[in-house]
Amino acid sequence: MTQTAQERAHVSAPASGITLSRLMPWIIAILFLLIMPILFGSNSAITIMNQMMITIVFALAYNMLLGQGGMLSFGHAVYMGVGGFMCMHIIRMVEKYGIPLPLPVLPLFGGLFGLGLAMIIGSFSTRKAGTVFAMISLGIGELIAACSVIIVVFFGGEEGISGDRTYGLPFFGIEFLQQKEVYYLLAFWTVLSTILMYLFSRTPVGRMANAVRDNPERAEFLGYSARWVRYFSFCASGFFAGIAGGMFAINYEILTGEQLSLIQSGAILLITFLGGVGLFFGPIIGAIVFTLLQTVLSLQTEIWQLYVGALFVAAVMFFPGGLAGVLMMHVPAIRLGKLHLLIVPYIRTLVPAVLCIIGVAVILEILFHVRHSAPGDNEMTLFWITFDSHNPVAWAIGAVLALGGFWLARMSAPDLRDAWHRANTLDGGAA
Amino acid sequence: MDLVVINLIDGLVTGLLLFLLSSGLTLIFSMMGVLNFAHASFYMLGAYFAYQISLYVGFWPGLIIAPVLVGVLGALVERYGLRRVHQYGHVPELIFTFGLALLIEEIVQFFWGKNIVPFEEPAALQFALFNIGGNAVPAYKVFMIFVAIAIFLGLLYVLTKTRVGMIIQAALSYPKTVEALGHNVPLIFMGVFGVGTALAGVAGVIAGPVLGTFPGMAFLLGSIVFVTIVIGGLGSLFGALVASLLIGWLTTFAATYNFEFASILTAFGMERPEDLSESYLRDLWVLTLPQIGPILPYLLMVLILVVRPYGLFGKRDA
Repeated sequence: MTQTAQERAHVSAPASGITLSRLMPWIIAILFLLIMPILFGSNSAITIMNQMMITIVFALAYNMLLGQGGMLSFGHAVYMGVGGFMCMHIIRMVEKYGIPLPLPVLPLFGGLFGLGLAMIIGSFSTRKAGTVFAMISLGIGELIAACSVIIVVFFGGEEGISGDRTYGLPFFGIEFLQQKEVYYLLAFWTVLSTILMYLFSRTPVGRMANAVRDNPERAEFLGYSARWVRYFSFCASGFFAGIAGGMFAINYEILTGEQLSLIQSGAILLITFLGGVGLFFGPIIGAIVFTLLQTVLSLQTEIWQLYVGALFVAAVMFFPGGLAGVLMMHVPAIRLGKLHLLIVPYIRTLVPAVLCIIGVAVILEILFHVRHSAPGDNEMTLFWITFDSHNPVAWAIGAVLALGGFWLARMSAPDLRDAWHRANTLDGGAA
Repeated sequence: MDLVVINLIDGLVTGLLLFLLSSGLTLIFSMMGVLNFAHASFYMLGAYFAYQISLYVGFWPGLIIAPVLVGVLGALVERYGLRRVHQYGHVPELIFTFGLALLIEEIVQFFWGKNIVPFEEPAALQFALFNIGGNAVPAYKVFMIFVAIAIFLGLLYVLTKTRVGMIIQAALSYPKTVEALGHNVPLIFMGVFGVGTALAGVAGVIAGPVLGTFPGMAFLLGSIVFVTIVIGGLGSLFGALVASLLIGWLTTFAATYNFEFASILTAFGMERPEDLSESYLRDLWVLTLPQIGPILPYLLMVLILVVRPYGLFGKRDA
């Protein structure tokens, strides 16, 4: 028994020393970030990528609480927002008084102010985890969001505050006039904060955060104060959220009270959870997928938030590990070299399932059009086809797609389950 | 003096409305340990269902049918949603109800649009019942008070005097023992969830015509309801009542008394600056009580949680 325990400890302990294979994902990610603007040079693409990077940092910071510390916050946008507002004030002061401050260090200030706020709020909110923490975070979030219309000096009231990033000291001759220059600045901060957050999760404090999440009582018996461990995670998370706020200020040059609202806090919870809270890189996937989904879907349909909401609820119910969890489920099959067994069953189940989803979407879109378009306006365009939304044929096509796809997917689901089982068992082992 | 009476009545209406929501929420919480984020969404569904029904058969049938529909929907959510998520733990449950709240808001927008719908009080109640110092008190407000009190008394009777109520109370404290005695505890949970959401539905039906029926109504009231049960003490029905009335009166009185914070600053011996736009305290000089009225409940909650984490009447901290 001692031996198995030792073996297990050996497997789970992070191997010391930096090997090339452990550095590989980071190098690939950095190279990827470097060449992206060359591949997609248009301004709109860079705008989307900037938005993505801000969301990545914020989502990772949020996951320090939710995934690594087990604390569910409904008001985390406040730390990002306050960091961003402070950065905006600094930008304005630079403009007004000519303080010699280069723009690239600005997110650091955002982080420090996020940290400061988190240190104050965390001193009483981290006493308990779970429901009480969630409630306090909600209350504080609503409180500060409501203050944004009252304290006009700081939050700028309804119109928010805006500034001009180009007044700062030129940084090696770069004045950040162009989107591309901002992109590389944000990419630098994204990489830096991601590395720091990863390293934080490997420190003893980060490890203890996991322990406190899983079993606070036992962690206390080991001599660690669950409360202080939570407090450290909370402060670190506030710091990185503040950095994201600084990045936001640099990129958009305006901050409004909306940035502090429950809607923002809810969105980051959604993004983090969709990406997967159990793994470090989960929120990165969530941020990328969500930003793409947001840009693509919101251009195509008015009810994209309905789809996102349905996706979120479905994810909580059926895939609590999120997208990263779904990806990681395939690791054992890859290790066994049996991933190819899954390909055909996947196609046979997922294609009908996608058809079913398209069918449901068609019905929803037609229904939405019928209910909300101007009277007499019966013409609608969906999937590049223009048709009469009151025509029963269109409804029928949607219904057939939905029901037929559902039925086919249902028929081939047992095959997929069998294939899954075979792909995850050793050859010759008793299954 | 007249204004005080009017405010007392208005605050009572708001407080009882909050109580209809918070009683169900706190009952659900004490039974299942789930803080149902979507509770106010069921309140919104109640209002919209009643509006849709009122288009066909009028207000009164809707007062009965809409809450029943909402209750059935709530029971289904518990049976097929929450019970499934329950295995993952409390935090995923909270996330689930949060997602549900978002989804319900989107669904409501899908069917009824983003604008306020013309849901109005029944013609039979559109008159002023009596006057206090020139201020008319609408009959509908009095009707709301009576409905809320009737439901409160009914709830009290069911919980304390009937067999079902006894089983529910027992299941609150010792679910395992109650199950061992042969009662179907999951069914009780489902029933309590259904009844709790139906109560929220009733609140929606009677509040819809007064507060307006629009997609944002759930989030507007939802966080206040949370604040209420946290202040009252999670799981305490009596605490929910006291906190609801407290918040009802607090917000109503704060909204009507135009107290200026400048007078406090002057009392501290500060001079009002000539040019306000340069002063960093300019927001304090122009701040009035009605402005901060909406955030008073949150301030109160944070204070309570810092000083007394289990709320006013709570026995345990969650």
